[in-house]
Formats: sequence, C-alpha cells, structure tokens
Amino acid sequence: MKQQLKLFLNAMVESTRDLLPIIFVIGFFELLIIQKPIPRLQELLFGTLMVVLGLTLFIKGLKMALFPIGESMAYAFARKGSVAWLLLFAFFLGFGTTIAEPALIAVADKAATLAADAGAIASSEASRENYAYGLRITVALSVGIAILIGVLRILRGWPIQWLIIGGYIVIVILTAFAPREIIGIAYDSGGVTTSTITVPLVTALGVGLASSIKGRNPMLDGFGLIAFASLTPMMFVMVYGMLV
Amino acid sequence: MDWEMLSHRDLLETLLDTTRDVLPIVLIIFGFQYFVLRQPVHNIKKILIGLAYVIFGLSFFLVGLEKALFPLGELMAKQLTNPEFISAAAHHAIGNIQWQDYYWVYIFAAAIGFATTVAEPALIAVAIKANEVSAGSISVRGLRISVAIGVGMGIALGSFRIVTGTPLHYYIIVGYVFVIIQTFVAPRSIIALAYDSGGVTTSTVTVPLVTALGIGLATTIPGRSPLIDGFGLIAFASLFPMITVMGYAQLSHWRNKRNSTSNEKPGG
Repeated sequence: MKQQLKLFLNAMVESTRDLLPIIFVIGFFELLIIQKPIPRLQELLFGTLMVVLGLTLFIKGLKMALFPIGESMAYAFARKGSVAWLLLFAFFLGFGTTIAEPALIAVADKAATLAADAGAIASSEASRENYAYGLRITVALSVGIAILIGVLRILRGWPIQWLIIGGYIVIVILTAFAPREIIGIAYDSGGVTTSTITVPLVTALGVGLASSIKGRNPMLDGFGLIAFASLTPMMFVMVYGMLV
Repeated sequence: MDWEMLSHRDLLETLLDTTRDVLPIVLIIFGFQYFVLRQPVHNIKKILIGLAYVIFGLSFFLVGLEKALFPLGELMAKQLTNPEFISAAAHHAIGNIQWQDYYWVYIFAAAIGFATTVAEPALIAVAIKANEVSAGSISVRGLRISVAIGVGMGIALGSFRIVTGTPLHYYIIVGYVFVIIQTFVAPRSIIALAYDSGGVTTSTVTVPLVTALGIGLATTIPGRSPLIDGFGLIAFASLFPMITVMGYAQLSHWRNKRNSTSNEKPGG
C-alpha cells in the first residue's frame, strides 16, 4: 500500500512537471506583460490541481487499459487471419470514435454558419443543422476510411511516404477548386479528429499489428495510422464544400 | 466561496460526456471481441479499472482546464490582441499599427503553443509507445519537446499570417513541399512517427487556447473576419511538428555519425 502511494505521488510530480510550462507562460505574460491582476486566483489553483490529478489518472489508465486493449486486439486479429474482419473493425473504430467527437461538433456548427453567410446554403436553422450533420458524417467516414487504409498499409507493408505525399498532392489540387470559405475549416479538420482516447488505442493497434506480422517492423510500419486520420478529413471536407 | 463555480454538476456533466465518448469505442471493441474474435477479454478486471481511470482522469483534466486555464488563456489572448495594448507596447497610434507591433502576440503564440503541447495527453501516449518500440533510442522527453517546438513555431507563424492577412494555403503548400523534401533525407525509421506527430498535437489542451487566440486576432484586426481568418492555426500546429520531428531525427543521426567517425580516428 505504501509502495503504491509512493508510485502515485511520483506520477503526480511527473504530471506537475508537464504542466509547469503552461503555468510559467501564463504567469509571465499576466504579471510582466499585461500587468493586470490574475482574476479568481483560488479557482485557478484548484483547477490546476484537478488538471494534475486528471493527467496522472489518465496516464495510469492508458497503461492499464488503452494500450493493452489495442495490442490484444491486434494480436487476436493477426491470429485469426481474417483481413476482412480486421478492415471492418478498423473502419468502425475510426468512424465510431469520430462521429461523437465534441471538437468536431463545434467545428461543424461553425462551418454551417460560414456556409450560410457565404450563401452556399439557406440560412434557416434546419438547413444549417443539416449541413453540420452532413459534415460530421463526412469527416467520420473519412477517418474510418483512413484507419482502414492505414491498417491495409501495415498488412501489405506499403511505404507510408508515397501514400502521404500522394494525399498532399490531392489536397493541393482540391484547394484550387474548393470554395474559399471552406479551406480554413478543411485544413483545421485534420487536427480535430484525433481525440485523446483514440490516439493511444489506434497507436497500440498499429504497433501491435506490425509486431505480430512477420516481416513488418513496428517502428517503420506500426506508426502512421494517425497521419492518415489527419489527412483524409481535409480532402473529404473540401469535396463536401464543393458538392453541397 | 469562489469554488462554487467548480460545482459537482460541472464534474458530473463532464463525466457523462467523457463516458459518452468512450462508450462507442468500448462497444465496438467488446462487440468484435465477443462476436468476431469469439474469445474472452484477457484480464478483464484490470482493463475495466483502467478504463475507469481513463474516464475519471480525462474528466478531472477537462473540468480543471475549463474552469481554470481556458478562461484565463482566452482572457489573455483577448488582452494581448487588444489594439490599445498593441499600440501602447509599440508606441504607435492605434490607426498606425504595423505587423511588427504584434511582437508580443507572436511570442505569446510560440510560448503557449509549446507549453500546451508538452501537457497534451495524446502526445504523452505516443511518446511512451515510440520509446518502447525504438528500444529507448527515441526518448519520451526528446520527442515531446521537438513536437512542442514545432507547434510553437507553427502557432507563431499562423498568428503572423492572420495579422498580415496572407492566404492560408500558400503557407500550407510550402510546408508540404518542405515535409516532402525532408522525407527523402531523414532517417527512414522516423518518418511514420513524424507524420503521426502532426495529428496528435492538437487535441484537448491546445485546440481551445489556440482557437481563442486566432479568433481574438481575427476579431480585432481591421479587415479580418473571425469566421474566415480565425481558422487555420490548427493546420499550422499539425504541419510544423512533422518538420521539427524529422529535423530532430536528422540532427541526432548526424551527431551519432560524427561521434562514431571521430571515435575511429586514432587518439580522437
């Protein structure tokens, strides 16, 4: 018990160190540059303590649950040897984790307002909601397809750079044709799709697959799933902007 | 008490939201485990406890951020982009502000981009995995710092873009060209990880603060629309880490090579 407490305290200290830069930056700018008193200091301290505790618990849970789940799924699929089921799983994992992502919901609502302002859709509540919902489905589909392609790449051992560079070229071409107001959102949507829970799971899945398949190197082939998941939403959102 | 703000209801709501986020993932995984793979989950008790840690941990983390750091960070973004502050810092009249006068904004952008990335839980996860897979040759801290430097540079340049009002896609396309060139010269083993580091940087901590900065800038600068110009900072934050992570690998590769050749020299 004493040992456990000591480990936990060590982890808390580690998390505090992770947060120090933020505290330092905010303190420096607030006190020396802006030179206004910090409002609600007590609340700030309490909130920071919550953040430290939360980060500590999350990292513990990461090692206990998210990593082992991703890895054991990878091994189980590799043993079963069914590519079709694995690809279906990859698609569902990408689609399912993205469709409910809060950051995506916020971005989709903003995009709908933009499209209405630009006159691309009617500015009624219903048509905006429709647009936002369509956009969310589009992005979720794109992430599902991204994880599917990424897993297929690990199975086949395709070099990642050709796929990613090919993706960049497609994005550059699409940029030339997409409506101007959607470009910023499209570029940003690549970043918002990969949530804090999805990233560890998907990374463990990729590394697990690459380690259990003969001839694959976990370092060369195991990473890269996240890269696909941040690339395809940009393409799909621009195409959505062109079609709707 | 001020702490009334951090009421039980906020925590409960966040807990419910996080659980709702985790639920589809759990359903997909257990569904496949039982119906497709047809085998019991190994060590189910430990996994469930771990999932509880994840849900509680993430909820505490989010409540703490939303109640403490985000409001302050957003307030600071507003204060720093306020034309009165800018003109006072630059000793220029408000109508006469140049892009250089925003220097505190660029410095703040770089610093806050760096600092929030260091605390990003998704990046911690990827760094732990990369360290494990590379048998220790990629250090957890080294990877996190190089990604954080990339985000800092990206956000600073992105702020400059909003201030000057230059088109986003020029920067992104030039960045892509840079990434492509680096891909051919960087050590092969880093490439997939570097591509991944673009996507992991921007989740829980960085996005809200950076969005506040972008919207603050786009709202206060004449001729910018917050809806059109406020976007794009996240794109910078996903692009630059690829460049710095490959740069970090190139640098350590080059240093190792120089060390090993100087060791081969007699008496060197």
